[in-house]
Amino acid sequence: MMLLDHEFSPRQSARLRGERLTLAYDGRTVCDGLSVAIPDGCFTAIIGPNGCGKSTLLRSLCRLLRPQAGQVWLDGQAIHQLPTREVATKLGLLPQAAQAPAGILVADLVARGRYPHHSLFRQWSHEDALAVKQAMAATGVTELADREVDQLSGGQRQRVWIALVLAQQTPWLLLDEPTTFLDIAHQIELLELFCTLNRQGGRTLVAVLHDLNQACRYADHLIVMANGQILAEGAPHTLMSAELVAEVFGLECIIIDDPVSHTPLIIPRRHSLSAELAPLNGPKTRGA
Amino acid sequence: MNHGRYRVWHWRSWSVRYAPPALLLAALLMVLLLVMAAYGLTVGSMRVPLADVVAIVMGHDESGLSARIVLDIRLPRILAAIFVGAALGVSGAIFQSISRNPLGSPDLIGFTTGAATGALTLILFFSPSVLQITLAATVGGLATALIVYLFALKGGGGGYRLILIGLGVGSTLSAVNGLLLVRGDLDDALWANIWLAGSLNGRTWSQVWPLMLGVVVLVPVVCFGARALTLLEMGDDIARQLGVPTERLRLGMIMCAVILAALATGTAGPIAFIALAAPQLSRSLLPGVALPVLCSACMGAGLLLLADLLIQALPLAVSVPVGRMTGIVGGLYLLWLLTRQR
Repeated sequence: MMLLDHEFSPRQSARLRGERLTLAYDGRTVCDGLSVAIPDGCFTAIIGPNGCGKSTLLRSLCRLLRPQAGQVWLDGQAIHQLPTREVATKLGLLPQAAQAPAGILVADLVARGRYPHHSLFRQWSHEDALAVKQAMAATGVTELADREVDQLSGGQRQRVWIALVLAQQTPWLLLDEPTTFLDIAHQIELLELFCTLNRQGGRTLVAVLHDLNQACRYADHLIVMANGQILAEGAPHTLMSAELVAEVFGLECIIIDDPVSHTPLIIPRRHSLSAELAPLNGPKTRGA
Repeated sequence: MNHGRYRVWHWRSWSVRYAPPALLLAALLMVLLLVMAAYGLTVGSMRVPLADVVAIVMGHDESGLSARIVLDIRLPRILAAIFVGAALGVSGAIFQSISRNPLGSPDLIGFTTGAATGALTLILFFSPSVLQITLAATVGGLATALIVYLFALKGGGGGYRLILIGLGVGSTLSAVNGLLLVRGDLDDALWANIWLAGSLNGRTWSQVWPLMLGVVVLVPVVCFGARALTLLEMGDDIARQLGVPTERLRLGMIMCAVILAALATGTAGPIAFIALAAPQLSRSLLPGVALPVLCSACMGAGLLLLADLLIQALPLAVSVPVGRMTGIVGGLYLLWLLTRQR
């Protein structure tokens, strides 16, 4: 099944896209010949089972992983040929694991997001101060500015990290499983923040998400992956079907209308299909 | 304009960010260094009054006996202490940052042992000049670093790997050093053993110059790289997405750290503890501030100079090599550190 939705800008004109990417970790190929275009100005969610290559794809889109073959294009330029500093002013990534230095204050951590805009003799300007202020306001951490990051709760800490990436002021924001390990209230809070950043800031957002219902509810565009390939992509309401969920996750479900947001809501049935369909998902690969 | 623990200094379109506590600590340590150095120049087997010392150092009195003692014996020794300590402090700061581990210091991960291997080989098989020993130690340290780095890189890098491989290479080399000592001529072995104890005794200007040059050139380079290195401590992914060329930075900084450690070892022999403790003390005094390079340098210089002054002041019949002194103190400090962490 291949559902390609062309209601968004055509593939060739997307400002961020990957062309025939072959992606591998330690010699193990995760994706082979994958092409993807990130619709400009949208909130795109990449979904799929564990180990299907979601994070791998995201890492290659922000030049953290160099493809074995193929090319990632950013505004018509090959991303791996651009200086890392220049890419850092265009693409911001929130990785899965980042360690806050012991004893650092929230304001100082967020200020580190300004690094790509600095030079040896231009270490801090009014734009930097403004960017940090706006980033902290947008993520609601202004009151925490003088607190130590170690002392914050998980949800607060994740908002501080997002503020760091926001302070970079990049047109693209890539988020690798930003809601993992957070409670449901913090998850919703973050996803709403992402929507606001997308709508008001005009940023293009790409997030790897695990929760299908949250993806359907908040994203404009879904990229569904399995076995290192893109099985389907498009707007949630046109894309999501019981057949697709069965094919991708090996999970039998029914899809109803979300009474709050009127987006597809996936209700799993008993997990009896899994035994038959498990081979579809193939062997486990690294990362999710 | 200021944020968190940082203040900004503006001049025209230029701006420099600094952390006031770090600046204060560095200034304080420098004053202490100056006081200790001045004291060190006056004491010894012959007391030279401070006023005379000042006159001699300023170049007003170059002939007398006290001038020769101050200029040719005490000043080189004190400068050696200061610059060996500074080099070790900065080297340790870099290793601790890159390995993201407070135990990452050049003596623990084998580089000092490698430098000793280089020096021993030369001492036992060729009768070298002191300058050649410094050179051999530097080459030995660099070669060891290269081996450790290549092994660590092969498995995908990572801080723990660097430390574990360094430990392995270090213990092999220390066995090699033992073998070299047994094999060599007795007189040479004796000399080598004295060198291995790590001492500042009888350092001459020809040994101090290369080290001073290395420190003066490399420490500013490290200060420049420290900001990016601080970002690297948050993880490779976040640093790279912020535009830090992670692999190049790591390699460059390791090179600086190894050269500094090797120059220090070449000048004074293996000196334990300073590279481990100086950056740790600076960091614990400056929480939440970027990698304190300058403070680690001053702290290392201060610790070694203090140790050297102490052993001279101790009422002992023989002069204890300063490396043994720092070794004992360092071992106890390490034990305390390890038992304090669960």
